[in-house]
Amino acid sequence: MSSLLRLEGVSKIYQSRNGEIQAIEDVSFSVGEGEYVSIVGPSGCGKSTLLSIIAGLYEPTSGAVYINGTEVSGMSRDIGYMLQNDNLLEWRTIRKNVLLGLEIRRLLTPETIEYADDLLKKYGLYDFKDRYPSQLSGGMRQRAALIRTLAVKPNILLLDEAFSALDYQTRLALTDDVYGILKQEKKTTIMVTHDIPECISMSDRIIVLTKRPAKVKNIHNIEYPEGSRRPLARRNHPDFGRQFNEIWRELDVHV
Amino acid sequence: MYTYKGISKERCEYIRRIKRQKTLINVARIAVFAGIAALWEILAALNVIDSFIMSSPSRIAATISGMVSNGLMHHIGVTCLETFIGFLLGTLLGTAIATLLWWNDFASGVMEPILVILNSLPKIALGPVIIIWAGAGMQAIIVVAIAISLIVTVLDMLSGFINTDAEKVRMVRSFGAGKRIIFTKVVFPSNLGTLFTLLKVNIGLSLVGVIAGEFLVSKAGLGYLIVYGGQVFQMDLVMSSVIILAVVAALMYQAVALLEKYANRLLKFSTK
Repeated sequence: MSSLLRLEGVSKIYQSRNGEIQAIEDVSFSVGEGEYVSIVGPSGCGKSTLLSIIAGLYEPTSGAVYINGTEVSGMSRDIGYMLQNDNLLEWRTIRKNVLLGLEIRRLLTPETIEYADDLLKKYGLYDFKDRYPSQLSGGMRQRAALIRTLAVKPNILLLDEAFSALDYQTRLALTDDVYGILKQEKKTTIMVTHDIPECISMSDRIIVLTKRPAKVKNIHNIEYPEGSRRPLARRNHPDFGRQFNEIWRELDVHV
Repeated sequence: MYTYKGISKERCEYIRRIKRQKTLINVARIAVFAGIAALWEILAALNVIDSFIMSSPSRIAATISGMVSNGLMHHIGVTCLETFIGFLLGTLLGTAIATLLWWNDFASGVMEPILVILNSLPKIALGPVIIIWAGAGMQAIIVVAIAISLIVTVLDMLSGFINTDAEKVRMVRSFGAGKRIIFTKVVFPSNLGTLFTLLKVNIGLSLVGVIAGEFLVSKAGLGYLIVYGGQVFQMDLVMSSVIILAVVAALMYQAVALLEKYANRLLKFSTK
């Protein structure tokens, strides 16, 4: 697998009035095309910061991020970013929300609009295109947010705790859904989460980070046989519990 | 509505109860209003209160009907025009200044203490200064009206802009949006509610400014009538003008409320 994204010695030191905080220390890894990689770590370890650096929202203090061999600086057009909340704009219909990214990037053409409409149709939201976000369920809203991100055709998708605002049942159903969508669209995905079962059920690889300052502690390859690769199927597989325990131990959580 | 088929008996009962409650409130409102007017009239007729100082509903009615043929509409028109211009300019300028300050952190840092001081200063105190600067007449009155609504608008709009959902801003930024797009796509639309609340506040504030301005310097308007009536000791005229003013203020407020409803529908805000 050729590597699409590469992090080399990325460190981040925050400056604040109370002093310096080292959030990330010397993180390196690479992600291949079509891969689904999760980043887990103790809460507050700097995983979201890492994602923001990959997205180009923050600059690393040292080190660099490369996409297809080119160093990232500023917001990259290759990247679609999905946050914890769906952040749909309440005054826009679902369709206009989905077109927002294209609108901002000045990419609204009959072709791109058709592509967005196709996504809406494919993922069961076309009948709701003229509704407002407040008229949709949480799961549908998050799916609309995903389509908004996919509509700009990003090469790499970043999910920042994208499912954690949903209730448990919706989350299980939606992760299965999203997994299907992302595999079908062949998207390279990096997901940050604190939910261990969620990351085992969706990822090809899991990167475990240490407490702040975040360093790479371990990288797990997750392999499931054909036929039980979907998130819900994985949860029933005998390997699931073992993998959970391994990662749980590495996170070293103390209350 | 509740005669439609397929509605349960309980639902009919419920709707009927709500309607009855609504009617009762309306009847009570009219009764309270009529009661006060009647009491006022009776006490004046019995000479318990001095109708020369307190006036009375019948005298007010007579005065108003006399005023109609004596240029009342002109006075109402002048006051409304001044209020409307002051309100419009105060709100527009205030929103524009708030936008500039949101854009530029440095400028808003510099302006903050000035705004706080201006906000707590009673703007009427500037009346005499404004008259000298703007010239005695309608322009001075409008400036007073602007001065009263401007600072509140700047402060409230700015705090609304600053407190826009940071996650939404991050979302549009992730698509590569710059400051202008962040403002037009997220920050401003998020604060339309604040703007409409301010419109309602400002219509009242600029009316205060206009009446105060008319007290100081004017040849026409409801404020002028009130001051004139007071000077010539014609309390009927003062009371009549105050009552007309109350009606005008209520109508203006309703107009803004109606505009808000219409704009919300136009901007396709979901009202649910």
